[in-house]
Amino acid sequence: MARSKKAQEATAAAGAGRDQLLKYYRDMLLIRRFEERAGQLYGMGLIGGFCHLYIGQEAIAVGMEGIRRPGDQIITGYRDHGHMLAAGMESRAVMAELTGRAGGSSRGKGGSMHMFSTEAGFYGGHGIVGAQVSLGTGLALANKYSANGNVAFAYFGDGAANQGQVYESFNMAELWSLPVVYVIENNQYAMGTSVERSAAETHLHKRGASFRIPGEEVDGMDVEAVAAAGAKAAEHARSGQGPFILEMKTYRYRGHSMSDPAKYRTKEEVDEVKKTRDPIEHLREKLDAAKVTEDELKAIDAEVKRIVADAAEFARTSPEPEPAELYTDVYLEAAE
Amino acid sequence: MTDILMPALSPTMEEGTLAKWHVKAGDTVKAGDVIAEIETDKATMEVEAVDEGIISDILIAAGSEGVKVNTPIARLAGDEVAAAPPSSKAGPPPVAAEPAPTAVRAEPKAPVAPVAVSAPLQDPEIPAGTKMVRITVRDALRDAMAEEMRRDERVFLMGEEVAQYQGAYKVSRDLLQEFGDRRVIDTPITEHGFAGLGVGAAMAGLKPIVEFMTWNFAMQAIDQIINSAAKTLYMSGGQIKSSIVFRGPNGAASRVGAQHSQDYSNWYGHVPGLKVVAPYDAADAKGLLKAAIRDPNPIVFLEHEMMYGVEFDIPDVEDWIVPIGKAKVRREGTGVTITAHSRMVGLALKAAEELAAEGIEAEVIDLRTIRPLDHETVLQSVRKTNRLVTVEEGWGPMGVGAEIIARVTEHAFDYLDAPPLRVHQEDVPLPYAAALEALSLPSVEKIVKAAKAVCYR
Repeated sequence: MARSKKAQEATAAAGAGRDQLLKYYRDMLLIRRFEERAGQLYGMGLIGGFCHLYIGQEAIAVGMEGIRRPGDQIITGYRDHGHMLAAGMESRAVMAELTGRAGGSSRGKGGSMHMFSTEAGFYGGHGIVGAQVSLGTGLALANKYSANGNVAFAYFGDGAANQGQVYESFNMAELWSLPVVYVIENNQYAMGTSVERSAAETHLHKRGASFRIPGEEVDGMDVEAVAAAGAKAAEHARSGQGPFILEMKTYRYRGHSMSDPAKYRTKEEVDEVKKTRDPIEHLREKLDAAKVTEDELKAIDAEVKRIVADAAEFARTSPEPEPAELYTDVYLEAAE
Repeated sequence: MTDILMPALSPTMEEGTLAKWHVKAGDTVKAGDVIAEIETDKATMEVEAVDEGIISDILIAAGSEGVKVNTPIARLAGDEVAAAPPSSKAGPPPVAAEPAPTAVRAEPKAPVAPVAVSAPLQDPEIPAGTKMVRITVRDALRDAMAEEMRRDERVFLMGEEVAQYQGAYKVSRDLLQEFGDRRVIDTPITEHGFAGLGVGAAMAGLKPIVEFMTWNFAMQAIDQIINSAAKTLYMSGGQIKSSIVFRGPNGAASRVGAQHSQDYSNWYGHVPGLKVVAPYDAADAKGLLKAAIRDPNPIVFLEHEMMYGVEFDIPDVEDWIVPIGKAKVRREGTGVTITAHSRMVGLALKAAEELAAEGIEAEVIDLRTIRPLDHETVLQSVRKTNRLVTVEEGWGPMGVGAEIIARVTEHAFDYLDAPPLRVHQEDVPLPYAAALEALSLPSVEKIVKAAKAVCYR
């Protein structure tokens, strides 16, 4: 694609053109099919431990990626597979990390919650709820220190929004006008506890008010709305005006992790969201309006299917890490 | 044709009940459709189709109990064209049809931790005739930071009162004037947050020095130090480094009560991925801090408030660097080995003088680095003296002394002529009352007593 990044951003923000809509569709579908396959591999015992799926929340990672510039950083919590794929990490390396194999992005030593790619500007993958908010603010501090014009995007959930260090970070970010966009993925449940049961102020975009940080509520199931809000927030941060908070209203279809029986919400509630707010179905209506043909979509479906099947096969057949790998990457050799 | 397998709800699940089918043979399903419900004693979960196609057979009837994980429960006639592998050559069958992995992987040989084979670490040579200058530990630390900040634009200092106030203990005196507020940053009182910001900035390639007003307050930040700084290099397969120094005064000052008087040497010494440094005199404070700032790993640098104002001679040489991971024999002797670090080195040296007066020649080893600990220097000494006393300001259980004695027992058991003894703070929170505080902390008297005991005197 010959268009400049800036032109793409403008399009993404203003209501996307046909190509951009198709890209959104492909990237969201890739995340959904990838996650479904991850769930299946978990069920087969090929993936162990914790595995938090991103199904239902695809529009956020994909919409925000549409407005990210080269050099901008991303950091998130443990529900991270979707962000990695959106950031452009190899689906093979992500899936092989889930199976704990040598071909994984951390060579099998990180797992579902701990993957990184400095090349893709993706700084993890963090398992302690809220820690990524301070770390992401530190990425922004480095951007300002180096005057490189980059913005850090720090993602966290409605659960992390109650952690103390989030507010310590908000304070410093605004105090020092750091270029950071805080993206709250409010999927309405912190594990099994609903926002209503855990938050005194449930409108999480207002949580920056006492630090003078502007915030906005966004329909996180609408990829174009996400991109438009993201572009505005990034511009605010990039232009030296400091942090911005986006509260993305979204929903996760699956349990908190694979072993979540989901007794805290009704099946009807989940079905209602799937039926009326699904981000991919929602986009299909726009694709129809943009006169995208059924054949074009089928071709994308087939491509995604191939990528996911290939990633799963790679993840299944990639060798276990060598025993000697146990002791690597604990320390770096001093260079001097 | 693809088999749909009985899934596991958790890593420990081996079997479950197939409670209900939502589909029947002949139904068309697409990816994401709920096709069945399964139960264990802990949970119920929906099984979703991961592929589209037509259910050709139900293999396990609803209500069946004790269905083993990975048993085929249904069969799906899929869209064979779309499911074809990416290349034209015959590829493997779709993943869903694969049997569960069996325990056929080769038994890995127990790996052995690598042993450092690099050249032995040594303090830099001090050329004959080098001038020695008298300097406080406080100024030695300041000079180390200033020199490294001049040398490397990526190095900056952040913490409470480090800039305008000139440091709560004046360790950062004049740095703001020289380097400005971009590189000497006053933070709010928010340890957890600014430690996290520091680690984030390090991940982005900067080299932060994060000052804690005291290490006691760093307990608010210990999650970022351990979970983020120490572990991320490993978890990222070597991609993300945290070249960062956390520093500040550690241990008991004087009469400041239990919450402000704790020694964290063994807390951080426990953690792989961290290096832990605890210097005693000005030359080591400067040389080790410069080494720490240049080191690509996260460093916990433990200073001591009671030592800040103490003056020592330091060689007046350009770029004085002391290697991390090397202990220093402060006094040679053949009668008993005494290990210590930080302020306790001074007490051990005084004790050695008193012991000498009684005819016991003590060898005093200043550990200087707690992780990686220089066991070789300790072992060499014990093989010579055959007796060992460890001294530390922190509590004894699970402590630095306990670790040293475990290693000595493992590697020099036959050389020991007496069970080693530990001198450490009494096993209580540090009291405020002057007399009780003195009773609780290690003292010259306690060290002398322990040394005589291991010499059976």
